[in-house]
Amino acid sequence: MSRAVESDLVERLLDGEHRALARAITKIESQSPGYRDIVSELHAHTGDASVVGITGSPGAGKSTLVDKLAKYYRDQGETVGVIAVDPSSPYTGGAVLGDRIRMASNVGDMDVFFRSMSARGQLGGLSTATADAVKALDAFGKDRIIIETVGAGQNEVDVVKTADTVIVLVQPGSGDDVQMLKAGILEIGDLFVVNKADMEGASRTVAELQEMIHLRDDPRANLDTGHHGVEAFDDAGHGHGGHDGHGPDDADADADTDADTDEPPVWTPQVLETVATTGEGIDELVETLDDHRDYLDASGELAEKARKRAGEEIRQLLRSDVNRLLEAELDRRGGVEEFAEAVVEKETDPYAVAEDVLEPLRECLDDRDD
Amino acid sequence: MSADSEQRTIRCLIAKVGLDGHDRGAHVISRAFRDAGFEVIYSGLHRAPDEIIQATVQEDVDVLGISILSGAHNTLVPKVMAGLEEYGALDDTLVIVGGIIPEEDRPGLLEQGVDAIFGPGTPMQETIDFVKENAPERA
Repeated sequence: MSRAVESDLVERLLDGEHRALARAITKIESQSPGYRDIVSELHAHTGDASVVGITGSPGAGKSTLVDKLAKYYRDQGETVGVIAVDPSSPYTGGAVLGDRIRMASNVGDMDVFFRSMSARGQLGGLSTATADAVKALDAFGKDRIIIETVGAGQNEVDVVKTADTVIVLVQPGSGDDVQMLKAGILEIGDLFVVNKADMEGASRTVAELQEMIHLRDDPRANLDTGHHGVEAFDDAGHGHGGHDGHGPDDADADADTDADTDEPPVWTPQVLETVATTGEGIDELVETLDDHRDYLDASGELAEKARKRAGEEIRQLLRSDVNRLLEAELDRRGGVEEFAEAVVEKETDPYAVAEDVLEPLRECLDDRDD
Repeated sequence: MSADSEQRTIRCLIAKVGLDGHDRGAHVISRAFRDAGFEVIYSGLHRAPDEIIQATVQEDVDVLGISILSGAHNTLVPKVMAGLEEYGALDDTLVIVGGIIPEEDRPGLLEQGVDAIFGPGTPMQETIDFVKENAPERA
């Protein structure tokens, strides 16, 4: 595999060839030789797409909602890229990726580029692969990119963090869902969407969510502004939190986000209701997404997020690269089993082994101190 | 660099094209492929050739498995093959067809670029082995 092949692939991708985009993502996903050159070359062409992440428990309606969102954007003449991440079996590595089934509104529309990815069990590799795949879609020229994942664990949370705006999808009437949110997903949601809002218990779930949002221990959060989400829903999604306050109906309760005060705008997570199967609430959702995007722009958080992400990407790459170097070093020294045996026999201990293996690297870096 | 060693995972699309509503076979093969360590994307029922083409191109699958029990294979399969050709996906996708395909129709399908046809009663392992051996090399 030569450098020229990668360049050619990148060129065809930038030219808008679907097959090249698909192949680039395959290389990114399987980390095949040369994929780094591809991502490096693509990087300069990224930054134009708006990226939304959607997470929620299985069956919450993520794929259906993604389908409706994609349809909405397509109707506005925008192009859409979707990355759907599904779990894979830790035993066989196999996976059934089924989210495509729900993409019924965008049948045969090549300008909706839908790609399924599975967690292939690389250490932290999934978030890197997702971020890189997003870059490929971005460079290809997609206006809107949606990342969809099951919100089950840290891995998935990392994945959604690739997005500028994160939607957490919740099913009504399932106390368990709200329990799950307590475990950490609450912090990452910019928007909470109670899907299947026509089901019994929806309003209670909305109320519970609002309560939890306002209990968040965020010093910047405006703790006593009441029920944002409901208002936002009632007045067709003219969300309050992130607005710089030019809208006439924005006068209430949002003094600290008004443009005429000098304080930076604050975003209070919104709670919306949708019925994804019928498309109810999608307009409001899109408007609130745009509001959040405006907020990100106005507050400078978009740039801040990009910097943080870049920093995290660098760290992640370094971690996995150093890890590989050390794995190779372990192998050269006879493999980890031998060391493990020695540790079990009490001839040495794990710390001493780690120190021993790491030493040349440390020395090498120390020597460069000039 | 050897450390760049690639995890080769075979990706398959299992597709139900056309009007027949029986997807037990497609489910069984999806599960068997998953258990063999493949990544399986299942299309769902009643897909049009366009959808199958879109999915095959975008997902960059190594293997496209089409399940047809309705007898419309002579209409549907050529459409899919032509679409794959259009998007440059025909050469490096292994296309297999499963279902009820009469003996006299098989040469025609194979001529159009179908790589193998598996009728009812084919042992699962035979299909899996065929895929493992013939999945195209991805550069």
